[in-house]
Amino acid sequence: MLYFAGAIIFWILAWLVNIWISRQNESKILNLFPPILFGVSVMLIWEASVVDFEVSPVILPPPSAIYYKFISSIPILWGDFVQTALKGALPGYLIGCGAAFFVSLVADKFKFFARGVLPIGNFLAAMPIIGIAPILVMWYGYGWQSKAAVVAVMVFFPILVNTVQGMKMSDEIHKDLMQTYNANYLQTLLKLRLATAMPFIFNGLKICTTLALIGAIVAEFFGSPIRGMGFRISTEAPRFALDMVWAEITVAAIAGSLFYGGIVLLEKWITFWHPSQRGRA
Amino acid sequence: MTKKLWTGSDSKILPIFCIITFIVIIWYGFSIILNAPWEYDKAKRNSITLSKTELVSQTWSQKRPKLPTPHQVAKEMWDTTVNKKLTSKRSLIYHGLITFYETIYGFAFGTGLGILLALGIVYNRATAMSVMPWIVTSQTIPILAIAPMIVVALGSAGFSGLMPIVIISMYLSFFPVVVGMVKGLKSPEQLDIDQMKTWSASKSQVLFKLRAPKSTPYLFTSLKLGMAASVVGAIVGELPSGGGGGLGFRMLSGSTFGNTLHIWSGLFSAAILAGSLIAIISIIQRIVLKRMALET
Amino acid sequence: MVQSEVINVSNLDLTFVTSDGPVHALKNVDLKVNKGDFVSFIGPSGCGKTTLLRVLADLDEPTDGEVTVNGVSPREAREARAYGYVFQAAGLYPWRNVAANVKLPLEIMGYSKEEQLKRVKKVLDLVELTGFEKKYPWQLSGGMQQRASIARALAFDADILFMDEPFGALDEIVRDHLNEQLLELWKSTNKTICFVTHSIPEAVYLSTKIVVMSPRPGRIVDIIDSNLPSDRPLEIRDSKEFIEISQRVREGLRAGHSDD
Repeated sequence: MLYFAGAIIFWILAWLVNIWISRQNESKILNLFPPILFGVSVMLIWEASVVDFEVSPVILPPPSAIYYKFISSIPILWGDFVQTALKGALPGYLIGCGAAFFVSLVADKFKFFARGVLPIGNFLAAMPIIGIAPILVMWYGYGWQSKAAVVAVMVFFPILVNTVQGMKMSDEIHKDLMQTYNANYLQTLLKLRLATAMPFIFNGLKICTTLALIGAIVAEFFGSPIRGMGFRISTEAPRFALDMVWAEITVAAIAGSLFYGGIVLLEKWITFWHPSQRGRA
Repeated sequence: MTKKLWTGSDSKILPIFCIITFIVIIWYGFSIILNAPWEYDKAKRNSITLSKTELVSQTWSQKRPKLPTPHQVAKEMWDTTVNKKLTSKRSLIYHGLITFYETIYGFAFGTGLGILLALGIVYNRATAMSVMPWIVTSQTIPILAIAPMIVVALGSAGFSGLMPIVIISMYLSFFPVVVGMVKGLKSPEQLDIDQMKTWSASKSQVLFKLRAPKSTPYLFTSLKLGMAASVVGAIVGELPSGGGGGLGFRMLSGSTFGNTLHIWSGLFSAAILAGSLIAIISIIQRIVLKRMALET
Repeated sequence: MVQSEVINVSNLDLTFVTSDGPVHALKNVDLKVNKGDFVSFIGPSGCGKTTLLRVLADLDEPTDGEVTVNGVSPREAREARAYGYVFQAAGLYPWRNVAANVKLPLEIMGYSKEEQLKRVKKVLDLVELTGFEKKYPWQLSGGMQQRASIARALAFDADILFMDEPFGALDEIVRDHLNEQLLELWKSTNKTICFVTHSIPEAVYLSTKIVVMSPRPGRIVDIIDSNLPSDRPLEIRDSKEFIEISQRVREGLRAGHSDD
């Protein structure tokens, strides 16, 4: 009970520090502490509970075991990462985005098409598209192509819905201005509507970063060469090598956060002008 | 009046109808293309040549097609719902109900957890600063990928049955609810909050009379996203359960045994399940928002 | 002195169909505007002044009547890029800095890069925004944003300027200053300006011709030719002639309202 008590005390102290920090003025450095302190205290409680309550590693390994497994398996983890994230999730994400943009432009130019596609798109964006995974594996085989296909289908609909929404968003006054210049469709599209659509498009892009990785991993459950994060998880879990499974999860979490963070940076650069980026509440 | 409904400049029925018809036609076409190789092999082995019409009719009626046609899927769904007893493991409704219960419980818990977290984040700055980044990170952890492991782990700790799956479903649905509710609870203008201050309103009065009503539009949007996520969670949670049942289980067994009709009928049933539940939320949304005059 | 007619409106009628029923925005409007005129349109909300301006700019279509701008239909005038339009809100694109915003019409109309640079410099000078080329709209005050919007409307060669309550959102002091600047601009460029406002002193101070309108249905109640000299320091607002014209405008507005 000693470790557990110690961990709880640490958690309480960390919480008090966080409360103190929350009362201070905004400071970029201070703001980093609460989430880190919180995370560390959770880790300590986790580690302490596993040790003190003698939790079987088959149910939940302690963070220390995961850390050791992680360090000692870097080549394998890297290979899995390349297979799943770089060869499966990334191409699928790009293909899905490209296709969604193309269809949005068509929907923008042809209103009849838009009125039909949008309700169907909204409906399909909410569907458990992940169910297509077994079908696509059957069609495209076990390689990375089927994973990319699953990811492409998964990201297509949310991005389509967001992009179409964004294209509708130009203010009346900006559109009138374009009319007084007698600008044609292409000029208005390139100089006005794409820029105003960007905040919405990025909304969709951000949501889809996590979807992409999950899609690639789950698709591997249905068939995969002997590499890949999903493959590793589905083979190590039945063997109760849970530390390896959690190591893979750590890789996935890091990869997902980096991907998401990358898109956030891109968003800051492109939509620098939007109120949400300028720090207004 | 009916003409306006079909062809009016705002009407959606005609375009949707056209697009669906288009999709169905393409689907039938692809059925022929994808199922053809198998037909050609079979014909070669029996030393017959296939005429065009024979090819079409046979690719549309294979027992294990690579791409079943719409009518094949419909027939399968009809067979396994109407023609089977509700308790039979062959009944689509039996599996559908299992997934339904997992979804509903997961959704309920997820929404509850989401609202609690949102309240914590809005009312306690320390909570907001420490927990929020982790909530976002939690969604980058592919819970779907570790679902099998969670089921196994909880199983050996004594939680079996639907419980682990409900937890996975809950994990996926709480996030949209937290994000939406935080936005919603924070949506009142400074103006409104100051007004409450001049009336010396207590914290709970402000919550129930101002923040909660103002957050209803956000709540409903989040509920719809959460419901979709719950369905996905339930389905994927079923995959490692090995024999529990449910639509995900059905799709997996179809994939393992090469029964493509099972996969497609399972997928369509899942879509119908998610679609109907979301539609119910939409209807409730419209009623509530109309009564609150937030929507005309 | 032969005055050439730039705008001719005859028997203009416009009824909007809205979800609350038809709205008779303009009825039997007759108007002639000559080259170099500064015409103000003044009236309470709903009198149709903005709608009239939009019809001239081909942003709204009349239900009846004849309108010519530069001798051709409003659509042809718009396609020939015959006018600049300044809206009530500055309407600058937040992702472009001031110089890029002013360049926007020039890019669309196909001016060469050197021409673009030259013209941007010239018009920013005219509205006294030199030095702010690289700033973004949200870094400017309301008055500066409107000046940028006006510069944008002046950048290309259009002899006509349509302005819809451009100074409405600004405070009195800034407004006075901008009024003076606008008058200077008008005198040096000799453009024909149609200006919508709901401020009586502004209308009388700026215009050579004041069109008083009233609502329900939107119609012209009075057209006043101003006898004020073209040299107008701000103090002219206290002169006898100024007050007389203001009173005539006020009477026109009251007469329009008395139908309520």
